[in-house]
Amino acid sequence: MTRPSGEGSGPRNRGAGRQRSSLGVVLASYRAHHVKVARDSARRLLAAPVASAMTWAVMGIALALPVGLLLLLASLQGISAGWDSAARVTVYLEDQVSDDEAGQLRSRLGERDDVSDVVLIHRDQALAEFRSSSGLEEALDYLDENPLPHTLLVTPVDDARNAAGVDRLASELGALDPVARVQVDLGWLQRLAAMTDLIARAVWVLTVLLAAAVILVIGNTIRLAIENRRDEILVSKLVGGTDAFVRRPFLYTGAWYGLGGGVVAVLILQFAIWWLNGPVRELAVLYNSEFSLSGLPLDGMLGLLLVAVALGWMGAWLAVRRHLDAIEPGEIAGAG
Amino acid sequence: MIEFRQVTKRYDSDHTALRHVSFGLDRGELAFLTGHSGAGKSTLLKLILLMERPTAGEVRVGGQLLNTMPRRQIPYVRRHIGAVFQNHQLLFDRTVFDNVAMPLEVMGVSYQDIGRRVRAALDKVGLLSKEKMNPVQLSGGEQQRVGIARAVVNKPPVLLADEPTGNLDPQLSADIMHLFEQFSQVGVTVLIATHDIALIESMGRRRLTLSQGELLTAKSTMARGVS
Repeated sequence: MTRPSGEGSGPRNRGAGRQRSSLGVVLASYRAHHVKVARDSARRLLAAPVASAMTWAVMGIALALPVGLLLLLASLQGISAGWDSAARVTVYLEDQVSDDEAGQLRSRLGERDDVSDVVLIHRDQALAEFRSSSGLEEALDYLDENPLPHTLLVTPVDDARNAAGVDRLASELGALDPVARVQVDLGWLQRLAAMTDLIARAVWVLTVLLAAAVILVIGNTIRLAIENRRDEILVSKLVGGTDAFVRRPFLYTGAWYGLGGGVVAVLILQFAIWWLNGPVRELAVLYNSEFSLSGLPLDGMLGLLLVAVALGWMGAWLAVRRHLDAIEPGEIAGAG
Repeated sequence: MIEFRQVTKRYDSDHTALRHVSFGLDRGELAFLTGHSGAGKSTLLKLILLMERPTAGEVRVGGQLLNTMPRRQIPYVRRHIGAVFQNHQLLFDRTVFDNVAMPLEVMGVSYQDIGRRVRAALDKVGLLSKEKMNPVQLSGGEQQRVGIARAVVNKPPVLLADEPTGNLDPQLSADIMHLFEQFSQVGVTVLIATHDIALIESMGRRRLTLSQGELLTAKSTMARGVS
């Protein structure tokens, strides 16, 4: 009976001792093994092209939908940002305010921290503009005096150019003595902000749900693959394959499913944007807007592919955790 | 190399597969494990392969106590034990070569070394010319020899065989037993579970007989045994 020199020397150590190869050789063969497993997994997917294509299509659609909506949302936020910067407060002064008083108020408001610019529209100038643009020239001629007050157009500084800032500025201006009325188109600003916020949340909920669906689809596909390769798993474990070794081909399979799904998603998105953008531009031109759908930039595409691979890998990992570790070679040797 | 001390294995359902089994096998020793079916032969082999854990007693392989071996260490123990089964456990989705290469692949052996060592093992069992064939195309005896090549390809110090000659005619059985003798001569500890009494008698080797989970005799007839 050969006795070991020490109880402490585990089998792992003994195995390492038997392996006379240097670290470099070990790493090289480890890499060669990964390449081989990755290639084998890919070949297995391509050997069943219809089944694989269907999984890729399911993944691609599930990924393209939320990404497409996020792109649309980004386009919408682009518009609302443009509108945001145009936000101005219109201050109508009392009728009896004189030219001098209006000028003084203008310079006083211009000194405020949250105001970047104030323009005074003289009541005569306002009347002239109104006369030329409204088509009511003759009606206005009947009036004895100018019915329009002086008007100040107040532009907030960049920091205050949001719904809350504009709101605060408007209420402070409204409290001033010579001011008759303050008008802000705050309503639509808030509505738009609330709407994009709501849509963004809905899209994120959808994104999370569809990502979960992708993980489950891949998980189920990998579960079937595990069942199909049960014998191989048993033999691998029997000859001393570690859990990591046994899992590896399935994790690669999941990653390949993810990559294929990501490619399908990119193709769907590119096609959909190309197909929609013509009509969208035409419509935008009718509304005097330069709005167009933004496409997926290159880094966005790479990101989408990476996320797809990660989701496939995660799905495979779930299935492997759940089903692979349960396969133990105990049943091979039969009862006895 | 293999040591059992007062090993008892009881399954949940009050069924005791092994009772107080004690024996030891030295390096290079070849022994037979016999007993009618249900006597506990497979259970004993499963304990060595860590497919099962003993209820009581100690199992040691190469001095390693297996009872308390953590789960993640099990693969490294199995790499030192070659196993041959009655139903071969070959994979029919790959060539003979790839089947035999599996134990080397799980160890992370480089692909050049795998080629060299697999061919050496196949040469040893006389199947070098069939390395590119699918195991399905081989006869029962040839399949069994592929299984043996796979079990010894990484030169394990211990070789277990569960009914390795179960479906084979006497001539093929004798060939395979001769292979096992050769391995024991180079220092491999070989334990063969079989109920082929005629074969055991003709070999004149040590015999461990199980009956209802108890070891009856551990008589050693060490005629040609190398220890």
